[in-house]
Amino acid sequence: MPEVQPKQKRKTDIGPPHYEKFLPPIIKENYGKWKYHEVLKPGVMVTVSETGARLYTVRAGSPRLLSIDKIRAYADLADKYCNGYLRFTSRHNVEFLLTDESKIDPLIRALDALGHPVGGMANSISSIVHTQGWVHCHSSATDASGVVKAVMDDLILYFTEMKLPAKLRIALACCLNMCGAVHCSDIAILGIHRRPPKVNRDRLKATCEIPSVVSACPTAAVRPVTVDGQPSVEVIEERCMFCANCFTVCPAMPINDPLNDGVSIWVGGKVSNARSEPMFSKLAIPFIPNNPPRWPEVVEAVRNLVEVWARNARKYERMGEWINRIGWPRFFEMTGIPFEKVHIDDFKHAGTTFKRSTHLTY
Amino acid sequence: MAEKKRSTPQLDELEKGSWPSFVKEIKTAAEKNPMANDLLGQLERSYEDKISHWKHGGIVGVLGYGGGIIGRYSDLPEEFPNVSHFHTIRINQPAGWFYTSDVLRKLCDIWEKHGSGLTNMHGSTGDLVFLGTKTDELEPTFNELTDLGFDLGGSGSDVRTPSCCCGMARCEWACYDTMALTYFLTMHYQDELHRPAFPYKWKFKMSGCPNDCVAAIARSDMSIIGTWRDDIQVDEAAVTEYAKSGVDIQKDVVGNCPAKCMEWDGKKIKIDNKACVKCMHCINAMPKALAPGKDRGACILIGAKAPIVEGALLSSVLIPFIKLVPPYKELTDLVEKIHELWAENGKNRERVGEFIQRIGMGNFLEAIGVEPTPEMVAHPRENPYVFYEEYFEEDSEDNKNA
Repeated sequence: MPEVQPKQKRKTDIGPPHYEKFLPPIIKENYGKWKYHEVLKPGVMVTVSETGARLYTVRAGSPRLLSIDKIRAYADLADKYCNGYLRFTSRHNVEFLLTDESKIDPLIRALDALGHPVGGMANSISSIVHTQGWVHCHSSATDASGVVKAVMDDLILYFTEMKLPAKLRIALACCLNMCGAVHCSDIAILGIHRRPPKVNRDRLKATCEIPSVVSACPTAAVRPVTVDGQPSVEVIEERCMFCANCFTVCPAMPINDPLNDGVSIWVGGKVSNARSEPMFSKLAIPFIPNNPPRWPEVVEAVRNLVEVWARNARKYERMGEWINRIGWPRFFEMTGIPFEKVHIDDFKHAGTTFKRSTHLTY
Repeated sequence: MAEKKRSTPQLDELEKGSWPSFVKEIKTAAEKNPMANDLLGQLERSYEDKISHWKHGGIVGVLGYGGGIIGRYSDLPEEFPNVSHFHTIRINQPAGWFYTSDVLRKLCDIWEKHGSGLTNMHGSTGDLVFLGTKTDELEPTFNELTDLGFDLGGSGSDVRTPSCCCGMARCEWACYDTMALTYFLTMHYQDELHRPAFPYKWKFKMSGCPNDCVAAIARSDMSIIGTWRDDIQVDEAAVTEYAKSGVDIQKDVVGNCPAKCMEWDGKKIKIDNKACVKCMHCINAMPKALAPGKDRGACILIGAKAPIVEGALLSSVLIPFIKLVPPYKELTDLVEKIHELWAENGKNRERVGEFIQRIGMGNFLEAIGVEPTPEMVAHPRENPYVFYEEYFEEDSEDNKNA
């Protein structure tokens, strides 16, 4: 056995640095004293304190996946325009925190030159919350960054302007695990598998516990069996709804498949309590095949949803609120999306989603 | 020394267009870093094959920690040897995602030395993500991170890295100090955060008001959402200013009130605060004129999750109102009771929301010692299938005494 070398004491469980270290003086001085805020123009906001202090925020879009070179470029901008203070948002935007109003426009020009658009505030489409996709995930049914890039290239004017009836939040998850709140988004792009997992018996024996694979299945589609005298599992294919939970607990149940994987689109979710209660997104488009590198069918479908909503919604009406007012039959009619068997829920408590009244429009 | 430049005709298409390109980011890193270069190659292959080329998981970590590192291995290690292992390091972000240029540069220096030079700012749960390095680099990276004052975030069946909105740092609507509570909970649960010991993940998310900018109600097992109990603060002069500037107060503000608790007579706004459900709409619409009341705190909701395993859930009300001030004893006592019950009785990969569905909310409340209140339900039960635990017998003592 090798000798353990004496070394510097290893630090553990120190937690993150205290946030106060990174707050600009204006925030420390006005912490909890802010009186109101106002969006001055796309991506620019002033927050005013009861002391009269004014903090300017400039928000820019980002691809979430950043090189250290880009982070250093952000740091340089922060030094030049706001004494080195910046933050990131829950939707992957970067925000620069300024006290000198005259530096706002030069900073916007510098961000433009760096290729990062300023916007994403108020009645706009903010950056798309998304997952890793083929860049770094083993269970993805589609790429994340590529779809997001193609969709945002198409919708960028809705990021840099504020001309929508309300805010619109788009999110993408590359499989049903949904790392991120895509299930409560105005528009959710969700990667889905559509072929049952194929059991790799040799690998299963070596790497998985059969009882945990069996119990991982929410529809009891995975059953223990004995094959050639060896314990294994089988998949009752008609019971599989492709959640991939068995694959998550056991690598010997691969479910990824280029022919059958693709994208579904969901609409009308929200997390805010403003006006209406938070809502889940509902299925709009069951399946669009993966078409890299730019997923034109997904881009077109999302644009159609954004524009039909933007043309018809009332001021402040989020996608789900608009649909609740007009009803789903008119939603499908106005968007031109065909309504199919799979739109009707058949999982648990499906009955609560049936129309149980005669409140219909003709 | 960087490897030869790869041909990536598919990914090159994603350098076009005006939105910032992740491909440009990977290519920038690839000029100096062989891992980033092989990532580019493998990703191009995924675009050709329409499938991920990452293998399933693999347990790696740093000494003494059960979480914080996501193991990742290429399924094409011969072709892309520099990403044959390409593990993610989750770094617990500072609350509210505030940084200085100085600390960001130091983080970049660490990652230039030890990893791919690629990051996520940030991951969905909130961590700062160092995207991809080899197993041998994990421990050295960790040591440099802790020297800089940073630590790993959560992964697996542990307390995941708590996250919050910017709260009182930059928002007038914060009804409690989200960043202070996030820092407190993160420090209080360091052991639970770094050493997975639960049936499944546990997420805390702190939003300062019911606008819920961190989507607490949709994705955290415990959603702590700021709210208030007294009257909305009204600045009448500012209301008049909004009306003068063209805001249609009747239609856009009063007309959108879900509680129908507001009236506007063309001059003054009247609010029936007893009926107000604290939705935030009127305050969002006129931030200079209206503000949350002064008796501020939070509503604690429980059980949100994405679909896996039994279907997605939104959090539901557990404690309708709580004052959140240090040392937060009432909150941690509650959390500990829940953790104890769920850790003991939850099934493998059962989030607390699913656990509650399985055992029943009534039983759950009883077990953690919280009284049921009507705020916890959208409406009482619609079915008569009540599990009464006791009933009278003909000759029981109770009957004789009655």
